[in-house]
Amino acid sequence: MIFSDLFEETIFSMSSNKSRSALTILGIVIGIASVIALISVGQGTSKGITDRIESLGTNLLVVMPGQQRQAGNIVRGGMGSSQTLTLEDAEAIKTGVTDITAVAPTVSARKQVAVKGKNTNTSIYGIDTSYFGIKNIEMELGAQITDQQIKSRAKVAVLGPTTRDDLFDVEANPVGQKIKISGQEFTVIGVTKAKGGTGMGSSDDLIYIPLATAQQYIIGNQSISNINIQVSSADLMSFVQAQVQELLLQRHRIADATQADFSIMNQADMLSAMSSVADTLTLLLAAIAGISLLVGGIGIMNMMLTTVTERTREIGLRKSLGATSNDISSQFLAESVSLTFIGGIIGIIVGWGASLLIGKLGSLTTVITLWSVLLSVGVSTLVGVVFGYYPSRRAAKLDPIDALRYQ
Amino acid sequence: MIKCEKITKSYFVGGTRTSVLKDVSFEIGEGEYVAIMGPSGSGKSTLMHILGALDRPTSGQYFLDGKNVFDLSEEEMAAIRSEKIGFVFQSFNLLPRSTVLRNVILPLIYNGHVPKATRRAKAEKALNAVGLETDQWTHLSNQLSGGQMQRVAIARALINDPSIILADEPTGNLDSKTGAVVLDTFQKLNKESGHTVILITHDKHVAEHAKRIIEIKDGEIISDSPC
Ligand SMILES: Nc1ncnc2c1ncn2[C@@H]1O[C@H](COP(=O)(O)OP(=O)(O)OP(=O)(O)O)[C@@H](O)[C@H]1O
Ligand SMILES: [Mg+2]
Repeated sequence: MIFSDLFEETIFSMSSNKSRSALTILGIVIGIASVIALISVGQGTSKGITDRIESLGTNLLVVMPGQQRQAGNIVRGGMGSSQTLTLEDAEAIKTGVTDITAVAPTVSARKQVAVKGKNTNTSIYGIDTSYFGIKNIEMELGAQITDQQIKSRAKVAVLGPTTRDDLFDVEANPVGQKIKISGQEFTVIGVTKAKGGTGMGSSDDLIYIPLATAQQYIIGNQSISNINIQVSSADLMSFVQAQVQELLLQRHRIADATQADFSIMNQADMLSAMSSVADTLTLLLAAIAGISLLVGGIGIMNMMLTTVTERTREIGLRKSLGATSNDISSQFLAESVSLTFIGGIIGIIVGWGASLLIGKLGSLTTVITLWSVLLSVGVSTLVGVVFGYYPSRRAAKLDPIDALRYQ
Repeated sequence: MIKCEKITKSYFVGGTRTSVLKDVSFEIGEGEYVAIMGPSGSGKSTLMHILGALDRPTSGQYFLDGKNVFDLSEEEMAAIRSEKIGFVFQSFNLLPRSTVLRNVILPLIYNGHVPKATRRAKAEKALNAVGLETDQWTHLSNQLSGGQMQRVAIARALINDPSIILADEPTGNLDSKTGAVVLDTFQKLNKESGHTVILITHDKHVAEHAKRIIEIKDGEIISDSPC
């Protein structure tokens, strides 16, 4: 039996019972579409987490004050509640630790900010000149904070775009305007570019001022809130972390590492922990979708078995006309594979649409990857082979005489 | 070309063995027109299935063109059916919802030796041979009359130009007038194209159209004579 005949027979057979073929295809469409859509949700979540963490800066270690818990890196007490880190610690790290590209100590606090009757409560970050470099922050308007301004404790401020929108008009240029932070008047010198993201860790909803200015006028002491350290390469993260740990323990005169009055957050660790959570989520979603694909496959098998029974006489006839068992089984197999293949293609389109819709309507990000598409086509075709195999063998094994006698 | 030696076919039903064919031996030469006649249940269809390489005898030898069919594989038997045998069934067995042409061409898709381009010409030749009018060729098979259906079935049996045409009660479902048309078709095929025709029937009047009648009863040949 040549391929073009097999193809024609398959088309003929599928179209001779259109509604049944369509319903069977629908089962596969639902299965494949949910695989595509749910995997895209999983992948989107995973990418969202990775992006968020990477937007904090690359190859970053963050030293935070506070006691370390026995079993992990979780800081006890609120941010900035302990005052164990100093500028000298930052200096010591800069000079005493190898393989780092930058060290940026910061001071942060939430304060009331006012402009011409408008009020908002936002984070104030006291930073030095290396901070924007480490965090990949770029300017939308105006200028960054300079060394000179830090040394002179100048009352100047750079606004995050969200804060700018809150205090002034959306997309306004506030450079040169005055704002009041904790009752002190500051001059706006610039606005940073939006980096996306909301809530904790967002770099869009805050105000940057010179580090020394913040220490003197905003928090009123010489402590710092954390030290950001950029490591020169991702492979050296743990190595540098160990160096920093040792150096700070020594400086703080602490012998037992579990009693440390600071903690170090390793961005790479956080990233891998979060992505493994996201991968598990993707896998779970894929498994759920896989179940509906399995149900679709059973639908195929059910339909093919019905078809074989219905066409028993025809099978006997075809055999009497010279069809071999292989001819018969390939006809039925071709039919089930075609059904699942068509279902797979439609399912990809539907799943794609669904995932775009989820991305548009919901708060979830979705990402369609080539592998999820290829996997779906492969799996749906495989479903056709697996669930079509038994019915097709059953058809092929029919005794031609019994089949011809079948009423 | 057909040589049966002591063919026996038995079935086990409910633990007891019943022989449907018992030591049947005969020969049929090329170009013969033979009727196999016998009452219902005598084993005619069973014999035809064996002659058509659809079934194997329980014991005995069946030689088709010198080849022992008993020794052939499933695939080889299918090839024999495709190339040497043309079946015509009592119940026509046409594909429903398919055109006359599609039905007639059907055996060719299982015959690897016939190029696709020649199919249409072969189908036309076969349909002309059974005398089916051209305007009916594109009709669906279930829109035809019984006599027309049977002629389509005969055209289908002819398409591979088989040496043997096996017809099992081809007129059983037809009235005597359309039956006569179908029998004429067999006569012509035998006389003009030299096909070997084996006609199975329980009807003496039908059998008399043939040149030789083999009569079986209870699985045994009781007479074999020209007429
Ligand atoms: N698969 C089978 N199992 C058991 N017995 C069978 C089987 N096939 C046929 N038989 C028996 O073999 C006998 C002969 O059957 P066959 O169909 O050859 O008769 P026939 O001569 O063609 O009859 P009819 O004229 O009614 O078609 C019958 O008694 C039937 O019951
Ligand atoms: Mg019979």
